[in-house]
Amino acid sequence: MSMARFVELENVGVTFGQGPEQTEALQPTSLTVERGDFLAFVGPSGCGKSTILKLVSELLRPTTGNIFFGGRELGAKPVRVGMAFQSASLLPWMSVRDNVMLPLKIVPPFKSGFRSKKNGEYRDRADALLAQVGLEDFADKSPWQLSGGMMQRANLCRALIHDPDILLLDEPFGALDQFTREELWQTLQDLWIDRKSTVMLVTHDLREAAYLANRICVMSPRPGRIIDDRQVSFARPRPIDLTFDPDFVTLVQDLRGLIVHAPNVKKVDAT
Amino acid sequence: MKPTMRKFAPTILIIGVFVFWELFCLLAGISELVLPRPTRILAAFFEYAPAIMPHAWQTLYTTLVGFSFGVMIGLSLGVLIGSSKLAYDTAYPLLVGISSIPKVAVVPILVLWFGAGTVPAILTAMIICIFPIVVNVSTGIATVEPELEDVMRSLKAKRWEMLWNVGLPRSMPYFFASLKVAITLSFVGSVIAETVASNKGVGNMMLIASSSFNVPLVFAGLMILAVMGITLYAIFSVVERRMVGWALRKQ
Repeated sequence: MSMARFVELENVGVTFGQGPEQTEALQPTSLTVERGDFLAFVGPSGCGKSTILKLVSELLRPTTGNIFFGGRELGAKPVRVGMAFQSASLLPWMSVRDNVMLPLKIVPPFKSGFRSKKNGEYRDRADALLAQVGLEDFADKSPWQLSGGMMQRANLCRALIHDPDILLLDEPFGALDQFTREELWQTLQDLWIDRKSTVMLVTHDLREAAYLANRICVMSPRPGRIIDDRQVSFARPRPIDLTFDPDFVTLVQDLRGLIVHAPNVKKVDAT
Repeated sequence: MKPTMRKFAPTILIIGVFVFWELFCLLAGISELVLPRPTRILAAFFEYAPAIMPHAWQTLYTTLVGFSFGVMIGLSLGVLIGSSKLAYDTAYPLLVGISSIPKVAVVPILVLWFGAGTVPAILTAMIICIFPIVVNVSTGIATVEPELEDVMRSLKAKRWEMLWNVGLPRSMPYFFASLKVAITLSFVGSVIAETVASNKGVGNMMLIASSSFNVPLVFAGLMILAVMGITLYAIFSVVERRMVGWALRKQ
């Protein structure tokens, strides 16, 4: 498959509701994501960042426009998606390992072999992934025995265990404290460098976007549209000290300026 | 209060109540026809035990049979209603309506249909315990976290996979909690039905005893009901802890 045009949004717009209560969540937007890219969406809350993730994961159908995946229209061929949200939502009745293995129980082709491989191949696969995020000693623990940061690590493992074509992260570290968050940034970067997954990350933390992403899309307030789209070219692996680098600080300030002064071009007509 | 004191406080209170009851009856000279003393009730229980036990078994039998059917129906309905928003919205008002009917009022109708005896008692025990189970199970399934639902849907999980892997296990703590309530209610249901229309069971025995002013026997009946009720509740508490301990250990 060619590098370019892994995910392609073509004039994709989303409108919720009907008649006078209609609200436009996303203005017709076109966007191309390359395979293996790490793309971050930043913008004010309610700007439709999460809407884009929901479109790509087929949780939401676009009102207008088309979405292509690997050159084909979305839905034509099943796209394997890994998703993680701010709330880790691990299942409390299962061990951490079983939680991580959950997608293997549901996603083909893994699901057909689940019964026979859950104590062998799949188990090793989950353990390897858990070890990669530093949770090797917690595989048999229950989720409630984990700290918030550990739960998010397990959540990342669950989103990656089935080798997704694309990883969709919706403010995954939003509820964590600063130190834990920065640790998780490094973990996520390591995972990305290791797997070369295509990642779409939604965040309201501009430093997070600047540290993690190869490319940042800035969105306007609702109805959302992309008002800035830029590459971030700091060398990998990025050390956490990078966040004090003048270039990094300038980038974050630029992004902030864009969001604060974003012109709300098209007001929603309430009547 | 010291920790050991705290641990035994409930037991001390229970014993205290009985001791107070005994002394109060003795000192105030309360007639046995009004309120017999606990020791007198216990004596009556052993005196009439051969007569009481068949009634007790009958009550236990109708309760457990009715309860078992109630659990099966309640669980199925709960899963059905909880797994579909449409079913939930459609069926809920009807269920609330049915549940607000006093079940005692249904017994004469059941007697009309099935005659006096075991069948109305089983049916009353069943009807009375369905609702709490349905409500709890459907709530447990219907309130799955939206993020978790999105994760499952993004994995293209089918409806039944969602139900089997997330909805059902998640509703189990609700289910087992409702079982404790349901078994107690079933018990109430079968005793009511026996009192109104049966020639067997503790309820019927108490009715006959009271009409012949055998007050200690009435209270002995009450005692055996209390013992059976508490035992059943305790059994289901243990079952709950065994099955869904993960929900209790949380936090």
